[in-house]
Amino acid sequence: MAEPVLRLDGVRKSYNVGTPVEAEVLHGIDLVIEPGEFVALIGPSGSGKSTLLHLVGLLERPSAGRIALTGRETTTLDEDALTGLRGRALGFIFQFHHLIPAFTAVENVYMPLMIERGHPDAAMRARAMELLARVGLEGHEHKWPAQLSGGQQQRVAIARALSFDPPLVLADEPTGNLDTHSADDVFALMREFNRERGITFLVVTHDPRLAQRCDRVVELLDGHVVRDERIRPGAPS
Amino acid sequence: MIAPPFEWLVALRFMREGRAQSSLIIIGVTVGVAVIVFLTTLINSLQASLIDRVLGSQAHIVVRPAEELAVPSLPRTGTAIAARIEPRAQRLRSIDQWEQIYPLLERAPGVVAASPMVSGPAFATRGSASKSVVLMGVDPDRYRRIVKLHEDIVAGVFRLTGTDALIGIELAKDLGVTVGDKLRITTAEGGADVLTIVGVFDVGNRDLNRRWVFTTLRVSQTLLDVPGGVTSIDLAVSQIFDAEDISARLTSATGLQFDSWMRTNAQLLAALRNQTISNRMIRSFVVIIVALGIASVLVVSVVQKQKEIGILRAMGASRRRIMVVFLLQGATFGLVGSLLGGALGFGLLQVFATIYRNADGTPIFAPNLDPQVLAVACVTAIAVGLLAAAVPARRAARLDPANAIRHG
Ligand SMILES: Nc1ncnc2c1ncn2[C@@H]1O[C@H](COP(=O)(O)OP(=O)(O)O)[C@@H](O)[C@H]1O
Ligand SMILES: [Mg+2]
Repeated sequence: MAEPVLRLDGVRKSYNVGTPVEAEVLHGIDLVIEPGEFVALIGPSGSGKSTLLHLVGLLERPSAGRIALTGRETTTLDEDALTGLRGRALGFIFQFHHLIPAFTAVENVYMPLMIERGHPDAAMRARAMELLARVGLEGHEHKWPAQLSGGQQQRVAIARALSFDPPLVLADEPTGNLDTHSADDVFALMREFNRERGITFLVVTHDPRLAQRCDRVVELLDGHVVRDERIRPGAPS
Repeated sequence: MIAPPFEWLVALRFMREGRAQSSLIIIGVTVGVAVIVFLTTLINSLQASLIDRVLGSQAHIVVRPAEELAVPSLPRTGTAIAARIEPRAQRLRSIDQWEQIYPLLERAPGVVAASPMVSGPAFATRGSASKSVVLMGVDPDRYRRIVKLHEDIVAGVFRLTGTDALIGIELAKDLGVTVGDKLRITTAEGGADVLTIVGVFDVGNRDLNRRWVFTTLRVSQTLLDVPGGVTSIDLAVSQIFDAEDISARLTSATGLQFDSWMRTNAQLLAALRNQTISNRMIRSFVVIIVALGIASVLVVSVVQKQKEIGILRAMGASRRRIMVVFLLQGATFGLVGSLLGGALGFGLLQVFATIYRNADGTPIFAPNLDPQVLAVACVTAIAVGLLAAAVPARRAARLDPANAIRHG
């Protein structure tokens, strides 16, 4: 059996440690995600979804427990190693699009490749153009983010997250700021990439409609996993 | 600095995005560098031409016989009397054994030329007009290496043989003489001779033009009654500011009296030194202001770019690379500002040189940009840019990416 893409063992996260307002936000999360899964992470506001995503995304460190990405234990890695692993193993899609305004759409898409390689090159440009066409943004490649609509920006962000075929893509309410129509589009796009390229997705969403279209739903409540259900047969296991 | 294009690309795009701030700070650096370049060039150039003018009619070092102290013959009964030591009454003295000492002086380290001289007071008479002058007996080939008198000849030739004489333009006017005329010289020692004027000079100093009369060593020795002797030896040195040190060294070696131009012009030099110190202070303040300007622009930029920094970090950019992005911005502000500032400073110098001129229409200073001044300004500006960027760059590098992203 293939190595799980992600394995969490007893992961806890506290904020403001050592101060009077210290609070534990995640209380021992166990979670295993297999390659190719499309997992929805749901739960009310404040339940710890973003926190969990940041821990998995190696942007923050857990207070306790262990996180393994593609079989690699991460809690013992130093800052530089975490940064490197983040660049190689993870794609991010955020709620607020988070494109870099000083770069054009196509430049934003190949930014992760450029960071990895150290400089831009023709191959990564070609790949970025191809991805933008794939997400339906042909003709918009050289626009600045500010010249694109919210839905278009989010598609650029998806293309960017997929620019190097990461094993795992983390999306934090990627459709949260979009109208229903754009939200459906963006969601469908992620689903397609998942099916076509076998890329694993962990998607935080508020939208029950969209959650229903995932393979598996994990629900958080007050920092506990209260539900973990495979809702779609045929998903890889 | 050779940086991989990723860092440069991000740095340049960030600067372009904040172009209002970037332009302002570059203007700031430009003005600062222009002020430094302008002031430094102006002061250096004015000082150089001032020193040049002073040394245009003066030896770097004048060697004279050791000062003889006349000790009063009265018994030492009190401090007041003991302090009454006076120079002996005037009488021209020759340097003892100057012919042995001369080659030593000529070969002393740092000395590039030496020229013996016999000088003393005399009267120049033409018809009924008579003027008090300083008779200066020199060897023209040696003397021209001390004072470039041959460049100052305005009529006739620079030549001294037989009973030739060179006189200043003012004296020529006062006596109504010109090249080819005869001049009668008499001295207190009882000497008298008739000389032929072969050249008229203008050393750029009215008083000297009125008083100097050059003859051969031999003629002066006879007129001033120092047969075979010389009253002083002029020296030229390779580094003019070494003159005082060389004087001190040679004084203790020979026991003769050495007067360097630096001692003779001590007040002028003190004034120049103060000018240099003021310039240095102005420069320091400009550097501090420029550094604060760059630092504040970058501090603001880091705050504005928190989100972008967070995204770049999330996509695998290390702390070090984020730091480099901001250091490059500081260095670029410094570099661009210093190049523009160098150009502006150069322009100001041209304008200044055109507006302010000497009475005779020549510029009062050379408006040339010393490449060294420009290079120092550039290197300093880049270093200041890097230093000023250090704090904001560290802040950018330490930014918590999760926090930056969460509060998008
Ligand atoms: N940096 C932080 N410092 C202190 N508390 C935080 C921080 N980040 C998140 N929290 C708290 O953790 C809890 C979970 O937040 P979050 O993970 O953003 O929830 P969700 O994404 O599910 O809405 C909230 O109560 C929030 O206030
Ligand atoms: Mg959230």
